Amino acid sequence: MSETTLTANAMGTKSGNSYFVVDHHPENGTLLGFWLYLMSDCLVFACLFAAYAVLGRNYAGGPSGGMIFDLPMVGINTSLLLLSSITYGFAMLESQKKQVRNTMLWLIVTGILGAGFIGLELYEFVHLIHDGFGPQRSGFLTSFFALVGTHGLHVTFGIVWLITLLFQLKRHGLTAANTRRLMCLSMFWHFLDVVWIGVFTFVYLMGALP
Amino acid sequence: MSEPINLTKLIFGRLTWDAIPFHEPILLATFVMVALGGMVVLAAMTYFKLWTPLWRDWVTSIDHKRIGVMYVVLGLVMLLRGFADALMMRAQQAMAFGGNPGFLPPHHYDQIFTAHGVIMIFFVAMPLVTGLMNYVVPLQIGARDVAFPFLNNFSFWMTTFGSMLVMASLFVGEFARTGWLAYPPLSGILGSPDVGVDYYIWALQIAGVGTLLSGVNLIVTIVKMRAPGMTLMRMPVFVWTSLCTNILIVAAFPVLTAVLAMLSLDRVVGTNFFTNDMGGSAMMYVNLIWIWGHPEVYILILPAFGVFSEIVPTFCSKRLFGYTSMVYASVVITILAYLVWLHHFFTMGSGASVNSFFGITTMIISIPTGAKIFNWLFTMYRGRIRFELPMMWTIAFMITFVIGGMTGVLLAVPPADFVVHNSLFLIAHFHNVIIGGVVFGMFAGINYWFPKAFGYKLDSFWGHCSFWFWVVGFYVAFMPLYVLGLMGVTRRLSHFDDPSLQIWFVIAAIGAGLIFLGIISFIIQLVVSFLRRESLRDTTGDPWGGRTLEWSTSSPPPDYNFAFTPLVHTRDTWAVMKSDGYIRPTSGFVDIHMPKNTAAGFAISAIAAVVGFGLIWQMWLVAGIGFVAMIAATIYHTFNYNRDYFIPAAKVVRTEDERTLLLSSHV
Amino acid sequence: MSAHDSTLHGHDHDHGHDGHVSHSTFKGYATGFVLAVILTVIPFWLVMAKVFDKSSTTGMLLLAIGAVQIVVHMIYFLHMNTKSEHGWSMLALIFTVMVVVIMMSGSLWVMYHLNHNMMPGMMDTTVETKPESINAAPASTALTVAVPQKAAGTQQVP
Repeated sequence: MSETTLTANAMGTKSGNSYFVVDHHPENGTLLGFWLYLMSDCLVFACLFAAYAVLGRNYAGGPSGGMIFDLPMVGINTSLLLLSSITYGFAMLESQKKQVRNTMLWLIVTGILGAGFIGLELYEFVHLIHDGFGPQRSGFLTSFFALVGTHGLHVTFGIVWLITLLFQLKRHGLTAANTRRLMCLSMFWHFLDVVWIGVFTFVYLMGALP
Repeated sequence: MSEPINLTKLIFGRLTWDAIPFHEPILLATFVMVALGGMVVLAAMTYFKLWTPLWRDWVTSIDHKRIGVMYVVLGLVMLLRGFADALMMRAQQAMAFGGNPGFLPPHHYDQIFTAHGVIMIFFVAMPLVTGLMNYVVPLQIGARDVAFPFLNNFSFWMTTFGSMLVMASLFVGEFARTGWLAYPPLSGILGSPDVGVDYYIWALQIAGVGTLLSGVNLIVTIVKMRAPGMTLMRMPVFVWTSLCTNILIVAAFPVLTAVLAMLSLDRVVGTNFFTNDMGGSAMMYVNLIWIWGHPEVYILILPAFGVFSEIVPTFCSKRLFGYTSMVYASVVITILAYLVWLHHFFTMGSGASVNSFFGITTMIISIPTGAKIFNWLFTMYRGRIRFELPMMWTIAFMITFVIGGMTGVLLAVPPADFVVHNSLFLIAHFHNVIIGGVVFGMFAGINYWFPKAFGYKLDSFWGHCSFWFWVVGFYVAFMPLYVLGLMGVTRRLSHFDDPSLQIWFVIAAIGAGLIFLGIISFIIQLVVSFLRRESLRDTTGDPWGGRTLEWSTSSPPPDYNFAFTPLVHTRDTWAVMKSDGYIRPTSGFVDIHMPKNTAAGFAISAIAAVVGFGLIWQMWLVAGIGFVAMIAATIYHTFNYNRDYFIPAAKVVRTEDERTLLLSSHV
Repeated sequence: MSAHDSTLHGHDHDHGHDGHVSHSTFKGYATGFVLAVILTVIPFWLVMAKVFDKSSTTGMLLLAIGAVQIVVHMIYFLHMNTKSEHGWSMLALIFTVMVVVIMMSGSLWVMYHLNHNMMPGMMDTTVETKPESINAAPASTALTVAVPQKAAGTQQVP
């Protein structure tokens, strides 16, 4: 980075300091900006967790977690998401090696795993609603659906973003801009897995305890 | 059982002709005036061929200076609406005693005080503060724009369209009748089945997205785009307070988003977050909304503190006293802002231990603010004080805000709060600190930076008129409210039975009238200044003898702000540069890399507003299609990789030569 | 207009300066993955096999293991470290965690007291019905515990 400074004589300063640089490029702020956005998203989830913490035992005569949670299925879901995290990691490794095609392949695998996660979750929701245990049933179910549903919505947006990025990689390859976008989606995807740890621990596992 | 799909219902939801208030004379009259005024403006714009420049130079602009100006304009325009609400309330409360019901039935009055609060906080104070930060921060750190110029444009339009939804509620449907924070169960579907609360929710959700993204934008700007040599402890204090403010924004607004989403789920889907039965908890709403609400008021006041930290040294020709403690005070306020929220609902019943904790933290948070006041005073001591308008507003702030702060410390004591909570004492307190702090700060900032933004100073005579009407008017309007509050008068009442109270309300109404004259004087100030702009011209770029980098540019600055990025060695960079005898370079300019304008921000925000309107009126088809369109438009925008250009060196040379000429011709 | 290339890559020649990219390695991801799997299997086993009698013991273990797994994800997948973005990433994370902790613990503390003081008789007595069969139609609220007032009544909200 060349930063030539004008000579002090030309600037006439008594101290001899120069007060300008000619060629300045500020650092790119996209990754920091996205991280900050993720921190704000953290707070949205914290709010939903807080609601669940307060309302999570208000069964209002309806079912408790232990009655409706299908823990084996939650286990499968958790595995799908965790696997998708590592396949995204593989995509990142390929992108570091500038391998566009392999990057895209691992992204597709990630997307499929993510879609599987959403599919299972939708199945669970539909099943619950069909049994009369929808979000309107009680404070517990309201906060459950809101928290898990919001997480699912985020994953869905992530998949849409992933698909968009696939098209953009196809069109432009691993340019600096696309690499930045890959890194942002990486942060987003891993962040959603972190939130899921909170969900399966706090909601499903602890909710299933008597 | 199947019914044929009602096409009208599918498209229009619950929107019918009944939504238009044909039977409300005040609203009809307002609508006629707005329509006529609007038509005059549109005709004038067509006649003077202003549409293209408006679109090209303002609507699609990503220049932080233009966006900053637009934010301030939005805030000032909405001030007129919010203040109209205030005048109506004062008039009603001055006359509605005993047999006289006044001219506003409760159904209407409740919407007025709700709209007044919502507009003043979200669409006056926030835009003014955001606008000032947007305009000034990049200039003060020696940058050419903010970190994410496109996002900046989008943030502005989201805020504006949010305000448009609130304005729409005046003529189509109605607004919420719940107070500005819309507590359930009143704001739930049973308490408010009409569209009012939905207008409230979606206007704030849309504006809230804009604000949150703006917060991220400014933090990254300050962290990443400071000129070389400008370490954190060499930044102007306004930049420090902006950093703290934007940290608060990023860490608080998500909570508002989540809580309003929960409320709307309760209303539309029938969930049980805040319901009275089925396991909901209305108290939880109050808890969560104030976890947002308290940081919010610090978001409003910290930039004002920053403004004063710039003005006092400039108009006392003296370095700011206690820079380090100012920085620490700002950071401490930022952290403590999250530890006091319960003082807004001491009376809800959390008990002595909880109340004591939050009462103590509330008292503690007044200390860093006190430190700031002392620092300003010590800066003034032995300075050469020039009582120009910015300095006058600052002194008015110091006196007024301290009074408001003291009543705040009184309220911080839970047993005292039990007596005056939700009385007019509370109303007087927060208007005291918001008007004395934020509004006076914004007027100080506007008077201070107006010459930089537009190239000419504001007219002094009308500025003085505005100042005195505002300051005297404020005291006349709100001191009676303290008295009334201590006598036990509750807030948000539209009618009273005790005639002995009336005199106080009449005095308050007179005060409101004085403030009205202050606003009129301000408008006249703007007009007169524009007409007299040649005689008020700022040719040097540094009309006040400033100490920070924005004053090193021309007034107004060129698009690129700085032909060469400054190199910083100390605090008070510009003051030091001047005393060091530096000479402005007049050659050696290079191409400058700049972002292009974009229509994407405006377009996506407009669609968001349509989606909001659709959700409010349960026009599910409109909302659904609109939502898909928003996603599609956003994705389409991401396919645009061609977002910047270079200003050729020749153009920079031309611009800088013009300035050289201007400076030398006025020596 | 100049002939300069106006795509967005102009500003990335300095990407090594801002310290944001800890280059990922296969080893890192694999380690993180294995740790995460272990830290997932254990909680599931603790609950499904009903290893401890006391729910509170299990609960605390679950929270602790979850916290550890979050840290694992942060380090191995999100490459969290103090160098990233000159320390601003870590600072942002710490501040966020602080706010989250205040918000969660504060809300729990406040709401507990509010419920205790303002909704007497409601604390921990919200009853669930006998386990409703998943396949049966939702039963009416048949109460099985002798508590006089029930959630069906309107609650006193101040």
